[in-house]
Amino acid sequence: MLVLENLSFEVEGEKEILKAINLTIDSGKLIAITGPNGGGKSTLARIIAGVVKPTKGKIFFKGQDITAAGITERAKMGISFGFQQPVRFKGITAHDLINIATGKTLTVLEASHYLSEVGLCAKDYIHREMNDKLSGGEIKRIEIATILARNTSLSIFDEPEAGIDLWSFNHLIDVFRKMHSDIDGSIIIISHQERILEVADEIIAMVNGEIVKQGSKESVLPELINCSDPKNCMYCQDILEEEEA
Amino acid sequence: MNEITKDLMKQVTGLDELPKGAYNIREDSKSVARQSSENIKIVSKEDKSGIDIIVKPNTPSEHVYIPALVSCGGITDLVYNDFYIGENADVIVIAGCGVSTGDSCDGSQHNGIHRFFLAKNSHVRYVEKHIGVGEGTGKRVIDPETVVEQEEGSFMEMETTQIKGVDSTVRVTKAILKENAKLVIKEKLMTHGEQIAVSKFEVDMDGKNSSVNLISRSVARDNSKQTFISKITGNTQCMGHSECDAIIMDHGVVSAIPQITANSVDATLIHEAAIGKIAGDQMTKLMTLGLSEKEAEEKIIDGFLS
Repeated sequence: MLVLENLSFEVEGEKEILKAINLTIDSGKLIAITGPNGGGKSTLARIIAGVVKPTKGKIFFKGQDITAAGITERAKMGISFGFQQPVRFKGITAHDLINIATGKTLTVLEASHYLSEVGLCAKDYIHREMNDKLSGGEIKRIEIATILARNTSLSIFDEPEAGIDLWSFNHLIDVFRKMHSDIDGSIIIISHQERILEVADEIIAMVNGEIVKQGSKESVLPELINCSDPKNCMYCQDILEEEEA
Repeated sequence: MNEITKDLMKQVTGLDELPKGAYNIREDSKSVARQSSENIKIVSKEDKSGIDIIVKPNTPSEHVYIPALVSCGGITDLVYNDFYIGENADVIVIAGCGVSTGDSCDGSQHNGIHRFFLAKNSHVRYVEKHIGVGEGTGKRVIDPETVVEQEEGSFMEMETTQIKGVDSTVRVTKAILKENAKLVIKEKLMTHGEQIAVSKFEVDMDGKNSSVNLISRSVARDNSKQTFISKITGNTQCMGHSECDAIIMDHGVVSAIPQITANSVDATLIHEAAIGKIAGDQMTKLMTLGLSEKEAEEKIIDGFLS
């Protein structure tokens, strides 16, 4: 489904953000990518969606080299990307955005289905503008609804839990679980949340632009969670930084 | 009515045929069709070109259509329309003008001077569209002036739209608000080519608890230039808000010039202005949903001006 070959990303004069990543993601899998902030996870997701161009390496999607393909082309081939910080628009409603996502003109009832899926009362949100009057959690859920509506072979979510309250978070886990069982495609979720990692088939840990661990949740999760010495643990950098701050 | 006029009328008012109720259709400087209703009387002015629209007190929700259409080049039309809205009346005024140069190289111009006198607790929704068409090389010019005087507890909502087509426009809107009077103005504007548009608002809030909310959304493309001037004065306990939100593209230029004056410690006045190009992440987001760059740009602008 998706193959990354020696994928690197370097900002001139700065550090290498991704270092020769090699990764294969099979059809129908739910993959969680985790690791400390600044480890290169979001950059990797943005490169797969075509938002950022890699400085080296190749990307293959359904057997085709898409390294040079633009964002639109990749979207049309079946790649969806949920932003960590959803973009706000003046005058574009949730209904408009779902229409754009599906490429069709849906009835209010049809479009509402996707909002209900993410736990929003469709009646209250379908005509709402995607502007700054929506809370972080509301706009995030609508963002996820647009990805559900696209129903593509590959859906990438960049920290879907960011900005979401606890009640919504519980629902979010169910959304991913249901999505995984309903669609044929693969799902990549970038997350720090243990409970999201638990629903994944496979977990990838990224630190300093490299994949340091990859495997089934049974093999990777205990190591990530049961850390005996946080000071010497590369995965715990975030937690220690937060505590110091 | 010729085909150009029919088309202009459809674009300005949304009507295919003459409406029911009160209307006055102005074509090439003359009133060509008119009808009064039981509650809304339309009469010609005696001293100058134009009409008086007199709405009876307590008129329940009723429409009145007053489009002005200029169908060929070389015409300069100047009209004075006065609206007298009776106490507790509720009307929707569908106004606006369409100018066509036809295939002439002479320009067409329509200058409409509208005055509104809203009696106590009356309610007016004023919808105005400006349309410019025609293959002719002459300039299409629309310079409207609107003066509003609102008595106690009255409400007026003005929606004005001008999307492309008009080469030059200078719009002046003045309002005086008495106690508990509310004014809402929503302006939508898109200019392109070498077009020039100036919008100037002057609102005086003289009555306690009066309020004005002025919202302008505009897009300036190519080499067009826009100027937005809002002058709001609060003379008592009142609430004034103006917002100028503009997208600039190509070599478009937008100036927002606010002037808010509080002559009372109880006046609350706010001005917000944001001018800039389309945000890159908005384009990226819509492209990740499968739109091309051009389609994404169109969607963003359509939404912004919707």
